[in-house]
Amino acid sequence: MELNVIITGVGGQGNVLASQVLGNAAVYKGFHVSIGETFGLSQRGGAVMSHVRLFKEPRYSPLIPPNRAHIVVGLEPLETLRIAQDHANPETLFIVNSRPIYPLNVIAGDVDYPDTAWIRQVLEQGGSRLYWLEGTQLAIELGGPIMLNMVMLGALCAIQSFPLETKDIKDILGEIFPQSKLEVNYRALDMGEELISNYEN
Amino acid sequence: MLLQANEAIARGALEAGVIFAAGYPGNPSSEIIETLAKASRDLPIYVEWSVNEKVALEAATGASFAGCRAICSMKQNGVNVVSDFLTNLSLSGTKGGLVLVSCDDPGGISSTNEEDARAFAPLSDIPLLEPSSPQEALDMARWAFDLSETINNIVMIRSVSRLSHSRSDVQVKDLPDFDVQPYFDTKVSFHTFPIVAKHQARHEKLRMAEELFENSPFNFYRGPSRPELLVIGSGCAVDYAIDAIEIMSLWERVGVLKLGTTWPLPRKLLLENLQKSESILFVEDVDPFIETNVKALAAEAARQVGVKTFHGRGSGDFPLCGELGPSHLLEFFGNYFDLDWKDQEFRNKMGSLTKGKIPPREFGFCPGCPHRGSFYAIKTALAWDDRDGFVSGDIGCYTMGIWPTGFNQVKSVHAMGSGSGIACGYGKLEGFGFDQPVITVCGDSTFFHATIPALVNARFNNADILLVVLDNSATAMTGFQPHPGTGKTAMGQPTQPVDIAALCESMGLEVHVGDPYEMKETARRLYDLMQKQGPRVMVLRRKCALVQGREGGFPYDMHVDQSLCVGEECGCGRYCTRIFRCPGLIWDKEKKKAMIDQVICVGCGICAEICPQGAIKKEAKG
Repeated sequence: MELNVIITGVGGQGNVLASQVLGNAAVYKGFHVSIGETFGLSQRGGAVMSHVRLFKEPRYSPLIPPNRAHIVVGLEPLETLRIAQDHANPETLFIVNSRPIYPLNVIAGDVDYPDTAWIRQVLEQGGSRLYWLEGTQLAIELGGPIMLNMVMLGALCAIQSFPLETKDIKDILGEIFPQSKLEVNYRALDMGEELISNYEN
Repeated sequence: MLLQANEAIARGALEAGVIFAAGYPGNPSSEIIETLAKASRDLPIYVEWSVNEKVALEAATGASFAGCRAICSMKQNGVNVVSDFLTNLSLSGTKGGLVLVSCDDPGGISSTNEEDARAFAPLSDIPLLEPSSPQEALDMARWAFDLSETINNIVMIRSVSRLSHSRSDVQVKDLPDFDVQPYFDTKVSFHTFPIVAKHQARHEKLRMAEELFENSPFNFYRGPSRPELLVIGSGCAVDYAIDAIEIMSLWERVGVLKLGTTWPLPRKLLLENLQKSESILFVEDVDPFIETNVKALAAEAARQVGVKTFHGRGSGDFPLCGELGPSHLLEFFGNYFDLDWKDQEFRNKMGSLTKGKIPPREFGFCPGCPHRGSFYAIKTALAWDDRDGFVSGDIGCYTMGIWPTGFNQVKSVHAMGSGSGIACGYGKLEGFGFDQPVITVCGDSTFFHATIPALVNARFNNADILLVVLDNSATAMTGFQPHPGTGKTAMGQPTQPVDIAALCESMGLEVHVGDPYEMKETARRLYDLMQKQGPRVMVLRRKCALVQGREGGFPYDMHVDQSLCVGEECGCGRYCTRIFRCPGLIWDKEKKKAMIDQVICVGCGICAEICPQGAIKKEAKG
């Protein structure tokens, strides 16, 4: 058994932390895990993706081969599209936060940010299923944009084919966050889960 | 336990009873010392961030000479810095187990170069170990100290970015009791004389290592007894090969000889395995290191192993530069065995859907980054001066001054401290008619690492250099490690900070201190300094925005008064977004006016200064 998940987004969105949380929870569940973390040149604002791979047998390779991602968790639409091009296949499931973070070359007017409705359409047609979520909005309501990663992990846990539940994530959060931050992160996971269970196309 | 490979190296060192660790931060190596520093809270070990890699290895060597086990870690560029010491140390030999870890960065993901530091192993005649998983990183780190003590010489472990920054479940062993009594035995001495005899002894040590490598569990063969193709390789590249073999169901046809001990090569093991197949594929990052050496071995032993067809980077089957990835392996096997590995349909489908409309994400300074203010002031001052001035750059986040985020002001970047050294050259060209003003920049950590000798040189030779120290009170690029100016050690102990401005003053340099957020004022001061001669220093001091964000945040709520912004009609040419390029200050496509992205803007307030209409407003946070 092999399950390949890519978490993609922009530096500063808590991508690497999300992959660590996921990996830790999966190890507790008895999976063999391999995570490839990609850090860019800048601490903030660059494209960042993590490859999280769950295996039943011990196996190790930090990178998911081309077109072999089962699930893509996109914290940012453009970065999701970038990953989809190289790593998705017709069976890939996408969970995507709809809120763009504009690259500097877009801000400067050198290039255009693709229309988000178009990105949504491409992802819908390209994979097996798309969940297009107002994740950032929810994160802000929970206390700030930084809550987005836990919202999206909650959403991931609500997916039928994904073997972890939000409870598995909650069980290990205490090792990562101080006590004072736990409650809000639990809530973020629950709210993310609800985004999927209440999802209407 | 889920461990990052760098954490696993640290764990392995602890399991080996290391009591002394030193290093200099650099992606992708920094987490090794950070992990040990964290461990030092509960364990009787000493951990330091040294001023640079050379001093780090020298300090670790002191511990080794006193009989303690010591580890020293760095990125590939660091090995260049230690190399003068290393090539002498490997002649004198060591006592307590001493291990040098180099984390190379194939593809230069977060580096100024792409370099294969394995070359230093044959250059210094020291054993080289290359892990290919976090578990192996842990096991190798633990064993490397035994090896070092067996041969009385330093041992090198070489990781790569992809491995160092990967995480996997690993099995750990118990920690020892760290019970050592450092003692320098004055009956022995550590030096390089007589040189040729020591050189000979060094080769003898390598021979001992090779014998141990012949039966090492870090080398193994997996596959059929007579594969059509034999893969020989090291590091993550082997994992990609194994993945590709699984995907394409090639275990009947392909064998893999994974090497974990790559210098000296275990020759007997290689000769035995080379006989298995006539076709050999080498997989490794970056240079054809194993490939070249195995080819030489196979040539020597041609009568025994037969004639081979070789594939690899050196044979042109893979690119000679850049990181090897899973697709290289899939593509090679696909072509070699005439198998279809790509999901062509989907790629075509996706391609036809995206129509190549995926813009790249440009590198840039963070919102609130003081470097944006510094480079803006530098750009302004150089424009006022109008003699085609430029910036001689250095290594840190501010290297990005070569790009639009730093207004393309930086015109050269090389090694740590080189910006100032090169500026010493420009600074002596006036007599030949050179009239362009040059500003050289370096960060606070880089200043201590390697800029100081260049500054002393400028003083000594009276070179006309203007150094701007971009002091953000952190080694920001690599994750905010403390340095000599921060007043805190790796282990969190308070220490007397070295004052950059005072140090420069003590050298007799003209020194000014400014605030990069005060862009206009800073530009004026820089302009004035540009008109002077001799060595001059301006320290621009402001905390890294990410640190500031954690330590209380920023003072302003920003907004654009769109009734004042006249958009494209202004004549400023969208200066705020096209030139200033802060991720928090964006262009409202519908209204064709500037606006603040409230999710991204941190509230540093400096952009309020740049709008000719005064439309960018800052208000104290309520």
